[in-house]
Amino acid sequence: MKTTTKLWIGLGVLAVLSPIGLYLPAKFKAGSAWGEWGAEEMKGLVGYIPRELEKLGKLWNAPLHDYAFKGWENLGFRHLSLAYVVSAVVGIGLCVALAFLLGKLLSKKENGR
Amino acid sequence: MHIPDGYLGPITCGIGYAAMTPIWVIASRRVKKTLAARQVPLLAIGAAFSFVIMMFNVPIPGGTSGHAVGAVLVAILLGPWAACIAVSVALVIQALLFGDGGITALGANCFNMAFVLPFAGYFVYRLISGNSPVKSVRRVIAAGIAGYFGLVIASLCAGIEFGLQPLLHHTASGQALYCPYGLKVAITAMVGGHALVFGWVELIVTALVVKFLQAQDPSLLGQETGAAS
Repeated sequence: MKTTTKLWIGLGVLAVLSPIGLYLPAKFKAGSAWGEWGAEEMKGLVGYIPRELEKLGKLWNAPLHDYAFKGWENLGFRHLSLAYVVSAVVGIGLCVALAFLLGKLLSKKENGR
Repeated sequence: MHIPDGYLGPITCGIGYAAMTPIWVIASRRVKKTLAARQVPLLAIGAAFSFVIMMFNVPIPGGTSGHAVGAVLVAILLGPWAACIAVSVALVIQALLFGDGGITALGANCFNMAFVLPFAGYFVYRLISGNSPVKSVRRVIAAGIAGYFGLVIASLCAGIEFGLQPLLHHTASGQALYCPYGLKVAITAMVGGHALVFGWVELIVTALVVKFLQAQDPSLLGQETGAAS
């Protein structure tokens, strides 16, 4: 098997295993990453929501915000995991597509050496 | 390390984009010169790997969580300029589709994770590996240490960017407008978390994949890294 084929399979395995990244922080009661709090979380930390932070925080409403489906937030770990794996697959697909496009545009035209 | 919208003021966001614009232009030119058509799949795999490895959040028990970025690994395989492009691709998709990292902060985030990280890591990798053989243990160790330092140095940059905000922007009464934490707190938190926990994840991931590739296909490792085979 070609090495690149193995690497593609590896990516698939990582996508399926990605809910580990959801499970471990919950299991060890760790919060969000430092500096990535939502507005309400921020209020709890410093007592107020910085004015521009609150305004700019609403700038972009991402379709799969936090690698989750909208309205699925309270359906439990299984649903969140499913959304997480779907997000991983979608994200990998888009990264591959965009990088291929850029690579085709940029790479030298001859095949191999 | 994905700075969201609202944490950085206009000056820092502007500088982030202003710094990345020439870097992206140079990266495109360099990649155009060095990337062979058959390496394009590796570039795509690199971008996707960086994307998915960032989903593996690792906790500091009772504290914050963080993750590896995979940028040093891509730099070892394809060179730091190609790594810059691959990680930028992942960061753009994360910001637009998943709201992970802000749109206004995208320049700064790319500076930290797609420029500082792969370049610092690549420098350390070249420094430690020297001209040791492609399949040597020294290269596995070099890759791991490079991953660790790359991530920690990138987190220092993010910490400085966060920590400058209360100095740059505040109300008359002293309330912060953007990130409310100053340099000392922000740098301690960012560098602390990455040096204690997340850097080790980057170390393990980078070293393991290099070890795997040594056994599988050492030719992939020799191209960018000046290795004797």
